Amino acid sequence: MVEAGAWWTVLAGPALLLGLAVLAVAGDAVLDARDAGRTVTLTAVVRPFLGVPRALVAQPRRLPAADVLLWRAGVITVPVAAVLSTLVIPFGNRMAADLSVGVVWFNAMEVLTWAGLWLAGWGPNAAFSLIGGYRFLAQGLAYELPLMFALISAATGAQSLRVGDIAAAQAGLWYVVWMPVAFVAYLAGVLAFSFLGPFAYPVGRDLSGGVLSETSGVDRLLLQAGRWLWLTSGAAMAVPLFLGGGAGPGLPAWAWSLIKTLVVLGALVWALRRLPVIRADRYVEFAWVVLIPLSVVQTLVPALVDLNR
Amino acid sequence: MTFELILVLAAGLFCTGLFGALSQQSIVMIMMGIELMIGGIIVAAADFWHFLAPAQGSGQVVIVAAVVAMAVEMAMGFAVTTAIYRARQVDMTDMAEELKG
Amino acid sequence: MVGPLDTVLLVALGVLALVFGALVFTLNSMARVTFALLAALVCVGGITAVLGLPYLGVVIVLMMVMEMVIMAVFMIAYMMNPAGLMPMSMLHNKRGALAISGVVFAALVAGIFAVPWPARTGIRPRDTTFQVGRSLMGDQMLTMVTLGFVLLATMVGATVLATRRGRYDRFGDDLDRRPADDPAGGGVGR
Repeated sequence: MVEAGAWWTVLAGPALLLGLAVLAVAGDAVLDARDAGRTVTLTAVVRPFLGVPRALVAQPRRLPAADVLLWRAGVITVPVAAVLSTLVIPFGNRMAADLSVGVVWFNAMEVLTWAGLWLAGWGPNAAFSLIGGYRFLAQGLAYELPLMFALISAATGAQSLRVGDIAAAQAGLWYVVWMPVAFVAYLAGVLAFSFLGPFAYPVGRDLSGGVLSETSGVDRLLLQAGRWLWLTSGAAMAVPLFLGGGAGPGLPAWAWSLIKTLVVLGALVWALRRLPVIRADRYVEFAWVVLIPLSVVQTLVPALVDLNR
Repeated sequence: MTFELILVLAAGLFCTGLFGALSQQSIVMIMMGIELMIGGIIVAAADFWHFLAPAQGSGQVVIVAAVVAMAVEMAMGFAVTTAIYRARQVDMTDMAEELKG
Repeated sequence: MVGPLDTVLLVALGVLALVFGALVFTLNSMARVTFALLAALVCVGGITAVLGLPYLGVVIVLMMVMEMVIMAVFMIAYMMNPAGLMPMSMLHNKRGALAISGVVFAALVAGIFAVPWPARTGIRPRDTTFQVGRSLMGDQMLTMVTLGFVLLATMVGATVLATRRGRYDRFGDDLDRRPADDPAGGGVGR
C-alpha cells in the first residue's frame, strides 16, 4: 500500500531527484566522451559540473529594458515546477503528498513549464530569446494532448487519479504491456517538456541558444537544471504510471522503484542523443494527425476493459 | 460569515473584471476583463457548493460550465480579433463601430 | 466547516486574487498584465481546491496557465505597446465604467448580506471528484453534451474565422492541384 511519508520526505524527495538528475547529466557526459572518441575517465564524468561554481559567482548579464521581474519568475518556475511535480510520485511505498488528484497535479506542474519558458524567453528583451519562447509554445501545443491522453489512459485503467492507486492496479499486468502507445507518447512528452534531444528546438543552435541565449550565471544554471530535473521527474513518474511502481520480486519496493527509474532515465538519456532535432511545425502535424488519434484509440482500450471488469 | 465574505470576494473579482471590460479599448484587454468576471463566478459557485448544497453535484457542474465558457470566449475572441485585424487592421473597439447592431 | 488552516489559506488567496485582479488593469506591460491575470486565476483555482474541490481547482490552474500563455502571444501580437516601455492610457469612458462597476459591486454586496441564505443541506461526499464525474455522466448529461457541442462549434468556427487560406488557395480553382500549395512544405502523407 502506498501512503504519504513523514515530513522529511518533503526534503528527501527533491534531494533524490537532484541526485538522479546529476546521474543523468553524468551519463550524458560519458556518452559525449565516448562519441567523441575520448577515453571515459573521471574527468569526463565531472566535466559538466565544473562550470557550476563559476556560474554561481558569475556576474549576471544586464540588458537594456529587460523585464527582470518576469525573467526571474520564468527562470525560477522551470526547476521549481519540476521539484513540485515529484510530490505525488511514489518512491517505493512512500510519497511526499498522497493527493487524490495526483495525475492532474503532475500535469498542471508540467504545464507551468510553458509559462516559465515563455517568460524566460520574453524577459531579456532579445529577439532570439523570445523566438525560443514562442517555439516552446508551438511545441507544447503538439506534445501536450498526446501526453494528456497517455496520463488519462493510465488513470482510466486504474479508475483513479491517485498515483498510488495506479501503481497498485498493475499488480497483474504492467500498463506498458497493454498501453504501449500511451507509454511511447508519454516518453515523447517527457523529452518535450524537458526540451532535450529531439525537442531541443526552443534552445536550438540555429537560434544561437534560443531561450538560453541571453541567460548567464545562476539563471542559466537554473534553466539547465530545470531541463534535467524535468527529465528525471518524468522518468520517475513513468514507473508508477506504466511499470508497476515498486512491485517486483525479492527486493524491497524502494529498490525496485530506483532500478526502474534508472532504467527509464538511462533509456531516455541514450535516446535523446540518437534523435535529430525536430521542427515544431513538423511535430505539430505529426502529433495532431497521427499521435492524437492513436492515443484516443489507446484510451479506449482501458475504458473497454473497465466496462467488462 | 466565511460564506458571505467569499461571496464578497467573488463580487469584487466580478466587478474588477466588469470595470476592465467596460473601460478598455483593446479587444484583447476586454477579454481579460471577461475572464476575470468568470473567475468571480467560479469562486461564487464553489462557495455555494461548499456552504449550501455539498450533496449535489450541480455546483460543480456550474464550475465546469464556467471553465468551458472561458475557453470558448478566448478561442472565439481571438478568432474574431484575427479576422477583423486581417480585414482592416483594427484591434480597438472604437475603430470597429460599423459592427454596431 | 472550515478549519483554521483553510481560513488562513482562503484569506491569503482571496486578497492575492483581488490584488492581482486590480493589477490587470493598472500595469502597463502587456506581458505583466497577462501574468497578473494568470496569478489571479491561479488564486481562484486555489480557493476552489481549498473549498473541497481539488480536481476542479487543479484543472483550473492547469487550464489557466495554458490559456494565459497563449493569450500572451495574442497580447504581444495585437497591442501597440506590449512591453509597456511607453506608458499610455488605453481607456475610454473610465468614469462611467467605474460608476457602473461600483454600483454593481454595492448592489451585489447588499444582496449578499440581505438575502436570507438557506441552511446547508446534505453532507459533503468523501470523493468530490467522483461526484462531479457522476453528475456530468448522470443527471447532468444534457449539460455535458451541450458543452461538447459548444466546444466543437467553437473549434470549427474559430478555425474558419482565423484561417486566411481555404481549399481553393491550396488546391487551385478546380481543386485539382496536387500537391497542395502550402506555405510550409512537407508533412504527414505528402
